[in-house]
Amino acid sequence: MPEYLRPTALDDALAALSSRPLTVLAGGTDFYPARVGAPLDDDVLDITALQWMRTIEEHADHWRIPALATWTDIVEADLPPWFDGLKLAAREIGGRQVQNAGTLCGNLCNASPAADGVPVLLSLDAEVELASLERRETMPLAEFIRGNRQTALAPDQLMVAVRVPKPHAERARGHFLKLGARRYLVISIVMVAAALEADAAGRVVRAAVSVGACSPVARRLPALEQALAGRPCDAALGETVTDAHMAPLAPVDDARGSADYRLDAARTLTARTLAGLGSMM
Amino acid sequence: MNAGGPDGTTAFLVNGRPVTVNAPPLRRLADALRDDLGLTGTKVGCNAGDCGACTVLLDGAQVCSCMVSLAQAAGRHVETVEGLAAKGRLNRLQRAFLRHGAAQCGACTPGMLVAATELLRASPRPRAAEVLDGLGGVLCRCTGYRKIVAAVLDAAGDAPQPLATPPAGAAVGARLAKLDGVPKLTGAERYGADAVPEDALWLRIVRSPHDSARVVLGNLMEDAARPGLERVLTAADVPYNRTGIYPDLRDQPVLAEGVVRYRGDPVVALVGTREAVTAVRDEDLPIRYEPLTPVHGLADARTLGAPLVHEETEGNKLVEGGVERGDAEAALADCAATARGRFETAFVEHAYIEPEAGWARRVGERVELFVSTQTPVMDRDTTAEVLGLAPTQVRIVPSACGGGFGGKLDVSIQPLAALAAWLTGAPVACVYERPESMMASPKRHPAVIEARMGCDAEGRLQAVDFDATFDTGAYASWGPTVAGRVPVHASGPYVVPHVSARGRAFYTNGPPAGAFRGFGVPQAAIVHEALMDDLAAQLGMDRLAFRLKNALRAGDATATGQVLEASAGLVPCLEALAPRWQRALEDAARVNADDGRVRRGVGISCMWYGIGNTALSNPSAMRITLDREGRLILYNGAVDIGQGSTTILAQICADALGVAADRIAQVIGDTDWTEDAGKTSASRQTFVSGKAAELAGAALRAAILREANAADDATLEFAGAQVVVRDGGRRVEIDLTRLKADAAGVVLEGTGRFDPPTTTLDARGQGSPYAAYAFGAQVAVVDVDTELGTVTPVRIHAAHDVGRAINPTQVEGQIEGGIAQGIGLALMEEYLPGKTENLHDYLIPTIGDVPEIEVIIVEDPEPLGPFGAKGVGEPGLVPTAPAILGAIRHATGVRVTQVPALPHRLRRALLEREARP
Repeated sequence: MPEYLRPTALDDALAALSSRPLTVLAGGTDFYPARVGAPLDDDVLDITALQWMRTIEEHADHWRIPALATWTDIVEADLPPWFDGLKLAAREIGGRQVQNAGTLCGNLCNASPAADGVPVLLSLDAEVELASLERRETMPLAEFIRGNRQTALAPDQLMVAVRVPKPHAERARGHFLKLGARRYLVISIVMVAAALEADAAGRVVRAAVSVGACSPVARRLPALEQALAGRPCDAALGETVTDAHMAPLAPVDDARGSADYRLDAARTLTARTLAGLGSMM
Repeated sequence: MNAGGPDGTTAFLVNGRPVTVNAPPLRRLADALRDDLGLTGTKVGCNAGDCGACTVLLDGAQVCSCMVSLAQAAGRHVETVEGLAAKGRLNRLQRAFLRHGAAQCGACTPGMLVAATELLRASPRPRAAEVLDGLGGVLCRCTGYRKIVAAVLDAAGDAPQPLATPPAGAAVGARLAKLDGVPKLTGAERYGADAVPEDALWLRIVRSPHDSARVVLGNLMEDAARPGLERVLTAADVPYNRTGIYPDLRDQPVLAEGVVRYRGDPVVALVGTREAVTAVRDEDLPIRYEPLTPVHGLADARTLGAPLVHEETEGNKLVEGGVERGDAEAALADCAATARGRFETAFVEHAYIEPEAGWARRVGERVELFVSTQTPVMDRDTTAEVLGLAPTQVRIVPSACGGGFGGKLDVSIQPLAALAAWLTGAPVACVYERPESMMASPKRHPAVIEARMGCDAEGRLQAVDFDATFDTGAYASWGPTVAGRVPVHASGPYVVPHVSARGRAFYTNGPPAGAFRGFGVPQAAIVHEALMDDLAAQLGMDRLAFRLKNALRAGDATATGQVLEASAGLVPCLEALAPRWQRALEDAARVNADDGRVRRGVGISCMWYGIGNTALSNPSAMRITLDREGRLILYNGAVDIGQGSTTILAQICADALGVAADRIAQVIGDTDWTEDAGKTSASRQTFVSGKAAELAGAALRAAILREANAADDATLEFAGAQVVVRDGGRRVEIDLTRLKADAAGVVLEGTGRFDPPTTTLDARGQGSPYAAYAFGAQVAVVDVDTELGTVTPVRIHAAHDVGRAINPTQVEGQIEGGIAQGIGLALMEEYLPGKTENLHDYLIPTIGDVPEIEVIIVEDPEPLGPFGAKGVGEPGLVPTAPAILGAIRHATGVRVTQVPALPHRLRRALLEREARP
């Protein structure tokens, strides 16, 4: 009989993780689909009884989205426009059912190249909080995800939260666009997230742009970000984008789209994301 | 820190009632509801969160119960479809679904209802966009979603009134709610996986992971031995190890005999407890595969010296058919305008929401199967043949069928479940998981079609030359039917004096391609309609006017030389569309005036479709009885796969008899009790079985009138054990208890049989292959994002000549559902073995992908059909893809020659067009 642990205290969960290999279960939206027709024989640590780890909190210099916050929690949270991109991503994930059950942290730990949460959080310079019985650490998301379904999570560690640093500028906003071959329940062909901070004169002081599903891990576009700095925030921001800015991407051919197409669509979608964001700032 | 209660149980509320479940905490909540609590209203369509059929509310929030652990339900409130109808009375939402015909097969309905319940609690009067968002996580394959959206919007409005049942004689033409609708809305309906006996053994088929391989089996029972595993069946256990649709083409082994021919080919079958057969890992079994060079696609199959998929089939050519009329080659040479093209289509998956399921039991020297099927009598005969039994030793009791579309015309679980039950003596169940369903089930044939079409200077079509090759995959299935039907339809619904049309099917190591809504005609329509657009453009003619000029009318001869005597309603369809077409063109011109990146296009397409089997006998027989207690029972062998034959046949029979439709009880599909009504396929049940039902109803009426010595126009009133006959001023009471009854208590009965008059086709494909043809035309409006290559359907107008709409709501439902599948065919559906064996990599349209649809019903009565009706099951799908492709072309100038027009393909075509000088 496989083990099934459902602790109500975090230390109990961490103690269990430190003692033996366990599969962590939260929203179940990646766990069960990976086991269709297969026996359910994993030893499981179900963390969903840690319900206090669900409330999104504002701290002095960051927002904290804990392990059990679902996509719906994010959509319904009272968050500044900095999170608009994240909210848009949350609305585009799966159907309502997945949004109600699936968690942002689970999406990051699953580390699919097409994970909808990753590009947005990269554009927000998010960090992840990892906990084990012995230690707590905070790590940039960009370091946490190491490859296609590969992360820096140690077997005894649990991701307990995502931290999103507050923007420095007063005018700060995020945006997100996803391209798929149908309206709902669709895995992205390409997705783009962007976050801009502007000064009082309406000029970009900081830009962050990232693209998902076009490389094993979503990538930021640093050359584009530099090119955007100092430009006035308006729809013309989209015209900044060039083919060269897409250099960090390395898309593959698959049933959803060819590599060439992905690159082409990434550029188009990036331009649209920036044009949209620029005009909303 | 354990899960659930101290004793390993989990306690929670279901629909307000406390329950305790003693089961592993990691069990899927869906399985706990269904198997431990018997609440089978919640359906399992994929176990992966892709289809939403299993949606329940967890503390008020919709979740897929296939992705929630039992332990996670502890202490919470789970609401399922069974909780909606308070005290057995449908709630407002359920009544709205019933009235709008929002449930067809009903497999997605519980998920839809539950998702809508969450929405309506938060937003009692939602906007349409909110309905789409709220229900976006539930897939439906039958309805095209529009009636579901309408029902949810209406449920939120004023209290919906139940549809009044029409009085005697007024059923035909009425929007009668589905007679089998209520159980589909309450969760009470029993599908293939819903009534498995608790003591059943389970059977799991181990399938080939290779496209082509030699297979060597080791000592299976020894190596796989584990508690609960009772048997491992191999080919040696199967008395007659072949199945197939055609008596002379039994080419498909039930279990592999040394070779496998496609990824998914059955190798062995495990029989034991459900846990035991699931726990065996395929890779741990002593099955050794020696991969062989596979034949992939038509080019491979036709290469000289290609490996042979079946040793005895030279050149891998399964079959060919053709139609030759006049001299197409000579006529093309004389045409003022000619068009040509080469088009390709992909494997398409049926993706019914209910995967294949059922169970079998041995009863003495007989075996009974409760199974989801489209063809009970063929199932009976095939199962008997495989088991070496007489057909009378097999009984098929069809379960409710959660969608078919042609995919449940081949046997799936039937032979092996029956064999295992026969051998073990225990009931044996088999339920496919979604990936297994997608790997194993037949597909729409990929086609490569090259064609030329020509007309004279006035725009009158002169000649069509059409050459279609079909990839029939590893086994014949319904391949010959496709190869035979397509040439007949190849020239489209037009008058063409010179036609040369050929259809050939080739074996490959792909999945077997078989029957799928339209039997190849949707693929052919893409071709003839693209060429029609070409010719219209060359002549500078309006595309609709060009079609109108060439439309088949009553009195015209078809490519097979058949003169259409009546009911050829394409012209009124086009005339009804003409003003909409004009408005759509003007609207597109306005939208495109700003030269933006999104371009609007309008397309038009015509279709025709022969109802019933091609040039073959396909009779139906129906029987209605009146017993001494006054009960009317229609013994109806036509299985309703959601399209509505149960309601349609009752409406027809009721009017023929002269009684209200809801007075007729039915026994459906049970092969022990019903006559053979043939397959639910080829759009034939309304026309063929409907006619038989009309004749049966009329025969019973005549028998009653004889008892009363009354005239034909007398009225009947059924009141308990009495029938009151009113004939002018005369009133006769027939006391049924005084009539002679048979053993079942039947005192009077009527039987009807109808076999549509057809002829065989001669060597040149000439003859009358069908007794009736459906006609239709659709206008599609789409937006094309030229930078991304994405296509968004905006609106579809569909005009279809159905002869007579027996039930307009259901006619609309068939057309809308067909359109949704046509959108999928055009824009997103492509089955790739090993790559798209689930419902997130294989995309079917969601509720957000089907635009507003206007259905225009045209009624040009078919003299042979019941009350003038013909079929509508397949026609709605046929013109949709070509209309969308025509719209893309109108928007962008790109002629799409490969479907689906995925964004990357369309974008490439757009770039190539821009690059051209």
